[in-house]
Amino acid sequence: MLGRIASLVLKEFLQLLRDPQARFRLVIPPLIQVIIFGYAATFEVYHVSTAVLDLDHSQESRELIARFADSRRFDIVETARTPADIRTAIDRSDAVVAIVIEAGFAEELRKGASAPAQVIVDGTNSNTALIALGYVGQIVSAYAQDMAQDLSRRLHPAQPPPPTVTLEQRPWYNPDYNSRWFFVPGVIATLTLVMVVNLTSFAIVREREVGTLEQIMVTPIRPLEFILGKTIPFFCVGLALTALIAGVGTLWFEIPFVGNPLVLLLGTSLYLLSVLGIGLLISTVCLTQQQAFATNFFVVNPAFILSGFSFPIFTMPVFMQWLSTINPMSYYLIVIRGTFLKGVGLSVLWPQMLALAALGVVLLAASVLRFRKSLD
Amino acid sequence: MNRRRVKAIAWKEIIQVWRDPRSLMVVLLMPLMQMALLGYGVNLDIKHVTICTFDREGSQESEALMKAFQASPYFDIVETEHDYDAVKRAIDRGRCKMAIVIPPDFSEDLAASNAASVQAILDATDDNTANIALGYAQSVVGSFSGTVQLSRTQSLGQEPPVAPAVAQYRVWFNEDLVSRDFIIPGVVALVLALVGSQLTSLTLSREWERGTMEVLVSTPVTRMELMAGKILPYFFIGLIDAALCLVIAVFWFEAPFRGTVATLFLTTSLYLIVVLGLGYFISASIRSQIGASQIALVATLLPTTLLSGFAFPIDQMPPIIQGITYLVPARYYFAILKAVFLKGSGLGDLIAPIALLALYAAIIGLLAARAFRKTLG
Repeated sequence: MLGRIASLVLKEFLQLLRDPQARFRLVIPPLIQVIIFGYAATFEVYHVSTAVLDLDHSQESRELIARFADSRRFDIVETARTPADIRTAIDRSDAVVAIVIEAGFAEELRKGASAPAQVIVDGTNSNTALIALGYVGQIVSAYAQDMAQDLSRRLHPAQPPPPTVTLEQRPWYNPDYNSRWFFVPGVIATLTLVMVVNLTSFAIVREREVGTLEQIMVTPIRPLEFILGKTIPFFCVGLALTALIAGVGTLWFEIPFVGNPLVLLLGTSLYLLSVLGIGLLISTVCLTQQQAFATNFFVVNPAFILSGFSFPIFTMPVFMQWLSTINPMSYYLIVIRGTFLKGVGLSVLWPQMLALAALGVVLLAASVLRFRKSLD
Repeated sequence: MNRRRVKAIAWKEIIQVWRDPRSLMVVLLMPLMQMALLGYGVNLDIKHVTICTFDREGSQESEALMKAFQASPYFDIVETEHDYDAVKRAIDRGRCKMAIVIPPDFSEDLAASNAASVQAILDATDDNTANIALGYAQSVVGSFSGTVQLSRTQSLGQEPPVAPAVAQYRVWFNEDLVSRDFIIPGVVALVLALVGSQLTSLTLSREWERGTMEVLVSTPVTRMELMAGKILPYFFIGLIDAALCLVIAVFWFEAPFRGTVATLFLTTSLYLIVVLGLGYFISASIRSQIGASQIALVATLLPTTLLSGFAFPIDQMPPIIQGITYLVPARYYFAILKAVFLKGSGLGDLIAPIALLALYAAIIGLLAARAFRKTLG
């Protein structure tokens, strides 16, 4: 039995690696994806293009604008002369943020009256706008606090300044809020899903399409041996992909890996059970590679969107949150981020491991049963 | 160009799509699925962030601050911890995304008129959620600070303090900062790219695979006639899909639509020519249907989602990647859609992206027409 499986595994590997085009497809697209995700996928907000309109021309107004200019979050790209300029700058997307200081700003400040500065934000990209607003708020409130202290020293020199409460941030696991640390490890889950499901379903459907499946079935090989022979190579491909992306992530993008590699290996192996199961299941319902291609898309795409890969699950509608509980990718992403960034082990990740194992067993068992039926 | 020949090819193509369940699935199911998945699944509006609290003092003041967090719609206090280990466990296991820790000398610091500080421990693995949650926490603490100051000065019989230079915020175009209003127009661009390139990627490769190419080559049809006949039916299918998506976007997801239908129609037509031409070009270059549709998927899905500004702002990318985004047609169409939907921009405001999209359409059309040679070699 082992001999038969081994020869099938060998055949599959040969088929996979002999063709230069196939070798290329195995390595280059994953590399391109990691690199694009590493560089392009970012929710960070730096150098927001900012327009300013200073109608007060006072020391105070210049001080406030200087604080924006000094921040690496904002780049002042336009110094407007009229409110109409501001309107145009935002309409044309030349600026995302505009700061308008009306005449009389400094006077109001010195009197101790509230001196509002106007901040206009282009809300089209709601996420960028929200984060930029947070940074604007930080700069303005720091400025306000300094001014208030100045004022209280001048008006009531004998009294202590009013108390303030501040919030100190302690961002664990990702101290600079680096989006890359969030996305690049996650690419492991996406890529193994896409590649391994495609490889597995295509390998079997191709045999069916060109008619070699019948030839194999007349050999003494048993269905289970056939399935093992077909899945073991792609299991290895999945592990190799994981190692490749983890290597690029840690060495090129310098993403920390603080956990135990063995925990990641266990999680990956369990995840691959589900992925292989999905690939096999698709191969049992499709007769042609064309059908397999379409079915893969309709399975992989929702799995990707509902996994928490880029958009948090807790903000989704309840129905989709429920769907994500039967999505192996959502558990695997927790394992990946847990081992890469948090450095947690099995004592924390056991529920995810259990879920992955359960999903893997169910999917594989269903696919094996269906597969044997589809051969009869 | 002979109109009769173009019509004949277009008619044949329509019959073929109508009889092919897979193509019909792509035409109908793909747009609906993408709209539902992305419309509901992509939500960056962070609310109900699960947090835990660790009050090391238990004073009236610290409890007042906790109440302020409890009252905020952005936070759900799910756990109350009594030591640091418990805080660490809650964050390690992902039960809480943030922990608010109040130091033991909090009320003393306040009484002594010092700056009292509170700690926010964040699970920053998801940097975006953490960053937004931090912003909300800062505003909760900021308004708490104001309340403390107010009650202090009142008890001293002073004038209430003024908060100088308070910023007034005005958010334009997406006043409530709803992420769906900005995602949904992008989904239309994504759907059209996927469906359009998938459909035309099969047109020539199918002829090769079924062996009908020999017959086609022996007819008097020219390259331009062939391309026109092959693309025309899909252009109308694409317009129907676009209309379907837009109706769902506006009436189901209630995305604000402030522009004119005419602007949208013109730009959508241009974009359709680009994606259909791209699919046709792939089809002319690759002779198997499966290979052509795979390449069409790879060529559209990843660039359209990652490099068009759909999910990630282009101006935050490194210069080289920003350069690459100029090659992604969805970049222009997405900018147009956002402007038409949210800003209500007209043709005059959109000259630059429309011109670039038109240039793109011309180049792709030319490449696609030339890619097919009437030889069997």
